[in-house]
Amino acid sequence: MKHGLIATLLVGLGLVALPLLLLASGHEFYLGLVTRVLIYALAASSLNLLLGYGGMVSFGHAAFLGIGGYVVAIAAQHGVGNAWVAWPLALVVVAVLGAVMGAISLRTQGVHFLMITLALAQMFYYAFVSLRSYGGDDGLSMTRRSTFGWETWWPTGGDTGFYYLALILLALALLLVHRMIPSRFGAVLIGVRENEARMSTIGFPVYRYKLLAFVIAAVLCGLAGILNVELNRFVSPSVMHWSQSGMLMVMVIIGGLGRPWAGVVGAAVFLGLEEVLSHYTERWQLPLGILLLSLVLARVAGWKLPGTARQEVQHV
Amino acid sequence: MSRLLLEVQGLCKQFGALRVTDNLHLQVRRDEVHALIGPNGAGKTTLIHQIAGTLASDAGTITLDTQDVTALPASARVARGIARSYQITNVFRQLSVLENIALAVQARRGHSFSFWRPVARDAALRDEAMGLLDRLGLTEHAGRPAQSLSYGDQRLLEVGIALATSPSMLLLDEPMAGMGPQESSRMVEMVEGLRGNVAVLLVEHDMDAVFRLADRISVLVYGRVIATGTPQEIRSNPEVVKAYLGGEDTE
Repeated sequence: MKHGLIATLLVGLGLVALPLLLLASGHEFYLGLVTRVLIYALAASSLNLLLGYGGMVSFGHAAFLGIGGYVVAIAAQHGVGNAWVAWPLALVVVAVLGAVMGAISLRTQGVHFLMITLALAQMFYYAFVSLRSYGGDDGLSMTRRSTFGWETWWPTGGDTGFYYLALILLALALLLVHRMIPSRFGAVLIGVRENEARMSTIGFPVYRYKLLAFVIAAVLCGLAGILNVELNRFVSPSVMHWSQSGMLMVMVIIGGLGRPWAGVVGAAVFLGLEEVLSHYTERWQLPLGILLLSLVLARVAGWKLPGTARQEVQHV
Repeated sequence: MSRLLLEVQGLCKQFGALRVTDNLHLQVRRDEVHALIGPNGAGKTTLIHQIAGTLASDAGTITLDTQDVTALPASARVARGIARSYQITNVFRQLSVLENIALAVQARRGHSFSFWRPVARDAALRDEAMGLLDRLGLTEHAGRPAQSLSYGDQRLLEVGIALATSPSMLLLDEPMAGMGPQESSRMVEMVEGLRGNVAVLLVEHDMDAVFRLADRISVLVYGRVIATGTPQEIRSNPEVVKAYLGGEDTE
């Protein structure tokens, strides 16, 4: 536990110092990439909560990335540029749609759950494709980032200021998940993953707990979606395409299902490799696929890689 | 308070053309160990499922302490006091032995919509779980993953999880299944210790254990109870002997 805390502090300090290091070494260009990693780390961490801890294999998680982003972009188009209005609105919309999607899909399990989440997410995808007044297929742009009113001393409109905003929100979300897993709620979530049938026969109304976990994961992913649209000042239906849900799942698997850092490690490895490999080849997915295959096979074979062992012992 | 705890009336369950539970009547008193015996395929496990609520009934009523629980889902029946164990060990294999018990205690002690405080700091919950492990004789294994226990200990844990829900009506589905003689006697001892505190409905094929433990026995054949009585009455009931005891190896 001590080790973990020290590592966390070191990584945290490194991330705080990073913009200065990039500036000093003349690599400011990479700040955008790192911010994107932070945002996808948040999205993947929210999926890890559902998939890694709760055992719910959702294949439609990117829907919330898109919905969160679209609400902010649509609000901006109608003249709402205040983040204190647009952001909470986006989170509420994501929570409500997440509750609806969860309420329907959680009536099933396993492959059926996977297929229903996939189908519902694709419905949202096509709904936004056909919304002509909000850009349809081409997506929707924002002229400027939403404002908080603190821009004079914290310029979140600029790249560095926005990087720190994303970093702080990711840190808060990770802290929330970190506290949640050993809590009573987390114990229920892990119990559901381990043996859902037994959880009902020891007296847990399992559906309610699963639904709440689904909504929490949706809201955290919606927050990532908001950051994503603010970063790019642009959102298009492609961020909620099923392949994006698949990418989030790949990130979580690379990072290690049910591991506290899975989302962060997975997003960094995935987007980092994409960046590096795409310099050399257009077919950067091929080496990535080989890496994923080797990781999964190595874990099946029982190799002790980081991310293999389960270590969430809450009661002892 | 009446002596009657569980009453099953006119219970039915049909799978396709097969009537597994056929207009079944059964009464369990609150201070007894009530054994349920019958040949393979008589519908014993199905009946346990129906009483526990893990399988919906087609018709009939299940009453616990004068309250009709027929329409309640399994989790709500546990809250009313009905708990079950499984014939095939169904524990949380990757969790520790203590966590297995603590989860069941947690289910009963208030809601679990608590997201910040570590459950490990809940001393009351932990103490209660440790107390139960002590009764089961599993204290020394508290920190081990459940799947690493010996088969006999896993069977004890299986029953222990059900007990941790603090039931008034405990349904045990073949607790001695697959056990050697020595392990069986540990289980018999544990069930013996429950008499008077918890009503037990015991499905079991081990006739030695049944006749040692049971205050009353019901005999199930083709989804119907054909006889209920004390072990002596059951032994000498000609219909039972014909349908069951006489037809099979009783040892």
